[in-house]
Amino acid sequence: MIDLLLPTVSQGLLWSLMALGVYLTYRVLDIADLTVEGTFPLGAAVAAEMLVKGFNPVTAILVAGVAGSLAGVVTGLLHTKLKIPALLAGILTMIALYSINLRVMGKANLSLLRVDTVFSFAKNIGFNSTMSVLVVGAASTLIFGLLIYWFFGTEIGAAIRATGFNPQMIRAQGVNTNLTIVLGLLLSNALVAISGAFIAQSNGFADVGMGVGTIVIGLASVIIGEVLFGTRSFKNSLISVVLGSVTYRIVIAAVLQMGMPPNDLKLFTAVLVALALALPLFKSRINARKAAE
Amino acid sequence: MLRIENVSKIFFPGSVNEKKALDNINLHMTPGDFVTVIGSNGAGKSTLLNSIAGVFSIDAGHIVIGDKDISNMPEHKRAKYIGRVFQDPMLGTAAGMMIEENLAIAARRGKVPGFSWAIKEEEREHFKGMLRELDLGLEDRLTSRVGLLSGGQRQALTLLMATMQQPQLLLLDEHTAALDPKTAEKVLGLTRNIIARHHLTTIMITHNMHDALRFGNRLIMMNAGRIVVDVAGIEKDRLAIPDLLALFEKAAGMAMDNDRLLLG
Repeated sequence: MIDLLLPTVSQGLLWSLMALGVYLTYRVLDIADLTVEGTFPLGAAVAAEMLVKGFNPVTAILVAGVAGSLAGVVTGLLHTKLKIPALLAGILTMIALYSINLRVMGKANLSLLRVDTVFSFAKNIGFNSTMSVLVVGAASTLIFGLLIYWFFGTEIGAAIRATGFNPQMIRAQGVNTNLTIVLGLLLSNALVAISGAFIAQSNGFADVGMGVGTIVIGLASVIIGEVLFGTRSFKNSLISVVLGSVTYRIVIAAVLQMGMPPNDLKLFTAVLVALALALPLFKSRINARKAAE
Repeated sequence: MLRIENVSKIFFPGSVNEKKALDNINLHMTPGDFVTVIGSNGAGKSTLLNSIAGVFSIDAGHIVIGDKDISNMPEHKRAKYIGRVFQDPMLGTAAGMMIEENLAIAARRGKVPGFSWAIKEEEREHFKGMLRELDLGLEDRLTSRVGLLSGGQRQALTLLMATMQQPQLLLLDEHTAALDPKTAEKVLGLTRNIIARHHLTTIMITHNMHDALRFGNRLIMMNAGRIVVDVAGIEKDRLAIPDLLALFEKAAGMAMDNDRLLLG
């Protein structure tokens, strides 16, 4: 059991950076940003290409983050400057990234077998292969979680949060909401690309198709986390999203263990997210019925 | 203080819905002027305020605050000079953020946000003191989310946020219209106190003729995008509601038709 649980938790932690990225757009900015479907494989592609070329894994991950942030800026400019609806702006960038990811890798799939990754670092320090993924996952979640928490406690972070709640209010307080929206998308996509860079190294390959369903997995993590672990404060929400990502992986591992064909995974996730999104409606109906009785 | 010169605004130009919302408006205000604005539906009252605040660009004319021409300045840059309270109590605050977070944002109105902490510890006492003066029991709820407050509390908080950094111009767009009469009276009382204490130059739109008469030192009436009545000082003090209605009919050539207009 524990043999199964540890790698699952580790995967959840590596994916939690992506979930945090989705949280920043979906909840903080109040935008459903589909760019992530392209930035997740972008991060994987950039990191894989750099690792194959012999760069240090940490450098590769950071450059992947920069690439992701640029993609976020593109979506942000399409939305704020060209007034394209956010959902469509994200789709445009996502589609463009498909070609870019192919260009980055030069082909559809890049193997990382026999290449030093961030996990080989951990192994060199003396962790076994299971533990190395857990350590890297926990460390990356902690580092980026603290960075996000710090940033959103600053003036500019507060301005981004206020933009999501009430753009009119924060403009009346002197903040350029075009700038805060672009910044939010930048940060979100940087995190998603960094998550992609980690997952590519953990899987041992980068694939141009690995971004399919990223947004839904992200939403699943965010919503599961919020329902199970609460949203009392910003800090609480961040922790909830990370725990939600881990819980999602455990649920997936459990249903696969129970014999669900892996091909049905995306269908299962979509149904799960649809149900979770409908939860507030169900709740209010039940409450209304209770009140009527 | 505020000079509005030959300002015009046309909505949907060239379409069947074309509407001349502001028609060559001129308005000069001296420091400390408190102008109340009344007028029928679609007279251009809110359009005038939104033009000053920069919500949209004007088609002609100039708007000058102090000696700064703000006609082409984007909305967020004008916030340095202007404090605003909206009609909808939901619009002035960020519902999902705490009272202290909202106040801290307002304490930095018009400054480019940086990487220092959004709230400093020493600010909290200051916030508490200001909230205590509102007398709404908010001083012990600094970490409550604003979404939990009533409409009146949110509007009082928005008023505090608009004025805690003294603006050169305060714009109130029917800020008590969505409140029940008792709460509206309380918020109006706060408004009067804050304006008097800081000698704020203010424009207040109201749908209540009685309020238009008892507040401010000057009253303007708008109709079809124009200012049709402009009275100040003793002349304004002598007016009663029937005089206002008569003034309007004479100036506009028709009876006042504001379906929300309150005569009491």
